[in-house]
Amino acid sequence: MSPTKLNLKDKYKLLTRDLDWEFSYEDRQEAFPYEEFEGIKITDWDKWEDPFRLTMDAYWKYQAEKEKKLYAIYDAFSQNNGHTNVTDARYVNAIKLFLTGVSPGEHAAHLGFAFTGRQMGGIGARVAAQMQSIDELRHIQTQIHAMSHYNKFFDGFDEFNHMHDRVWYLSVPKSFFEDARTAGPFEFMVAIGFSFEYVLTNLLFVPFMSGAAYNGDMATVTFGFSAQSDEARHMTLGLEIIKFLLEQHEDNVPIVQKWLDKWLWRGYRLLTLVAMMMDYMLPQKFMSWQEAWELYFEDAGGALFKDLERYGIKMPDYTETIKQEKEHLSHQAWWTFYQYTHAAAFHTWTPSSDEMDWLSEKYPNTFDKYYRPRWELAAEMEAKGERFYTTGLPQLCQTCQIPMMFTEVDDPSQVAYRESVYNDERFHFCSDPCKSIFDNEPEKYVHAWLPVHQILQGNCGGGGLDKVIEYYHLDNGAANLEFEGSPDAERWKQWKGVA
Amino acid sequence: MSRVQIAFQDNDESRYIVAAIEQDNPTAVVHYEPAMIRVENEGSLTINRESVCEQIGMDWNVQSLHLNLITLTGHIDEEDDYFKIMWNN
Amino acid sequence: MTVQALRNDYHGDFKDSVDKFGGAQLVYIGWDKHQLFCSSRAFPLLPTMTFQELLDNVMPEAFSQHPEFGRVVWERAEWILDNQSFQPDHSKTLAELGIGHKSVLRLVTPNLTGYKGADV
Repeated sequence: MSPTKLNLKDKYKLLTRDLDWEFSYEDRQEAFPYEEFEGIKITDWDKWEDPFRLTMDAYWKYQAEKEKKLYAIYDAFSQNNGHTNVTDARYVNAIKLFLTGVSPGEHAAHLGFAFTGRQMGGIGARVAAQMQSIDELRHIQTQIHAMSHYNKFFDGFDEFNHMHDRVWYLSVPKSFFEDARTAGPFEFMVAIGFSFEYVLTNLLFVPFMSGAAYNGDMATVTFGFSAQSDEARHMTLGLEIIKFLLEQHEDNVPIVQKWLDKWLWRGYRLLTLVAMMMDYMLPQKFMSWQEAWELYFEDAGGALFKDLERYGIKMPDYTETIKQEKEHLSHQAWWTFYQYTHAAAFHTWTPSSDEMDWLSEKYPNTFDKYYRPRWELAAEMEAKGERFYTTGLPQLCQTCQIPMMFTEVDDPSQVAYRESVYNDERFHFCSDPCKSIFDNEPEKYVHAWLPVHQILQGNCGGGGLDKVIEYYHLDNGAANLEFEGSPDAERWKQWKGVA
Repeated sequence: MSRVQIAFQDNDESRYIVAAIEQDNPTAVVHYEPAMIRVENEGSLTINRESVCEQIGMDWNVQSLHLNLITLTGHIDEEDDYFKIMWNN
Repeated sequence: MTVQALRNDYHGDFKDSVDKFGGAQLVYIGWDKHQLFCSSRAFPLLPTMTFQELLDNVMPEAFSQHPEFGRVVWERAEWILDNQSFQPDHSKTLAELGIGHKSVLRLVTPNLTGYKGADV
């Protein structure tokens, strides 16, 4: 007799739900000690549905196949000197930022989902979170492997792990994930599983990766899409957790809304880096940050929130602010890195006149009026041999830790300042949402490790900028500063036979 | 109705999946972007196993969608014979 | 509002209180509508420093890269301290003027409109 093949539903039932057991001699509450303190009420974990119905056996089978495809491409890429086939050496700086700024976040997500996969009482959610934890580990590993080829030929990659805990702009993603990981399991799921994975990662892994392909970077597009195929599963887990929490108890609705308001903003601020990568760091451009935002957030995210309306969930109040900022974000971010690139592990440059024309075309309301003059002044200074590197250290937002470079929504010529006083101490914020996130949970943010303040307290190597750069393990004169004239640029010219 | 969206890596297998989608979802709009194929449709979009098998000329398992999938939006309904995404609004 | 925590006594100790800066206090200084500088910057300054010393020593370090810096008439400059209009007596110290730890001091020069009049 041949064995009967199980259908998907039965197989899923046997290989997930049936893995659970009743507690006969241990107290359930002690087994899941973090399930209640956030105020979330779960009445029946059996109502959980994992829409993909992926069981562990199928998971390993498909993941193994994905890996084989991916590593075959890595081999081909390095055997064929793939690094010489990108559009321009400037491009590589985008993936330096990716390795230092994004990849360690994959590792943080791995740890976070491992914790959450242990702490949620429902077996369906636990299995899904466990798979996601393994996925995230796969992502950082495949990213390191992809970049290891570039690391042989370009500066700025080799100390990414050391830098993650120290360098000023890397505290932005680091503190984002630490904020999520120090929350309870349900806030973590809403923060990373839903707000970040469902609503925001598409912007990083889809249009930016498509841009990587457009710029000849076979390795990056391949790990990007391979990772995003896992993200498709993560996104459905994120959506499922939201629906589940909202359906379990009406008291969960305001808690979930508060988390959505917090984490969509936190994630959006983090994507400032991606905005600048798309508009300024891809030499060959095909989609602007604004266009990507409209397609993947306003359109796709809008449909999602419309679906959640039935539960009493609404789009966060600041959505209008985000809408206004989309025409400014990438320009303000690149301008900031341009002037602080002496303390960054990648190069910056002034956009060429062709690139500025592209930016004018994509940003007709803002680029010529507010941003072109900045680049013209920068070019003038550079022509005089005074390439602009700003002195001193920027004021940082206490919540997102980004320099306070964002302007007022109704006045793009004026930097926004917000402030709160907590226990007689002043705290500063880049925006209303960052201020209200702080005001809701000041205990969590008053002890933020703000890189600028740490430097000024003498905790980052002590002394002047040289010491700080040493403390960062930043290869001074090679990994930092202007792209033109950098060792990267010189090597590229040699490979291409340009004098 | 809101639009659902699904994207695949632009490769030889996805080509047949997309052909099956176009056959079974006449209003679907297909966008070819660098290295990827993005398909949009109003309300919902269905991938039928049988249609993909016909297009590709061999047996095809719905779950092997994971190999070429990049991203999607909407709620999911997955069975042995089909994979569907949809919004409820 | 307070944080929802596992322990009722959860709190964070201030990482940047004034005692951690070796006698100095932090002052953030910005120049409104001069966006050559992407943000205000943080300076550790002694509370005993006079405003005149700040004008003579700190402001050039902070802003002299700007082509309009030489055209600032300090006697006529306007100031905003912690979101309030502010008229400093140049001979007084920061402490006497109420410029405290983590104060934001903004220079406003309405007649200087930045590079190409574009607030840069």
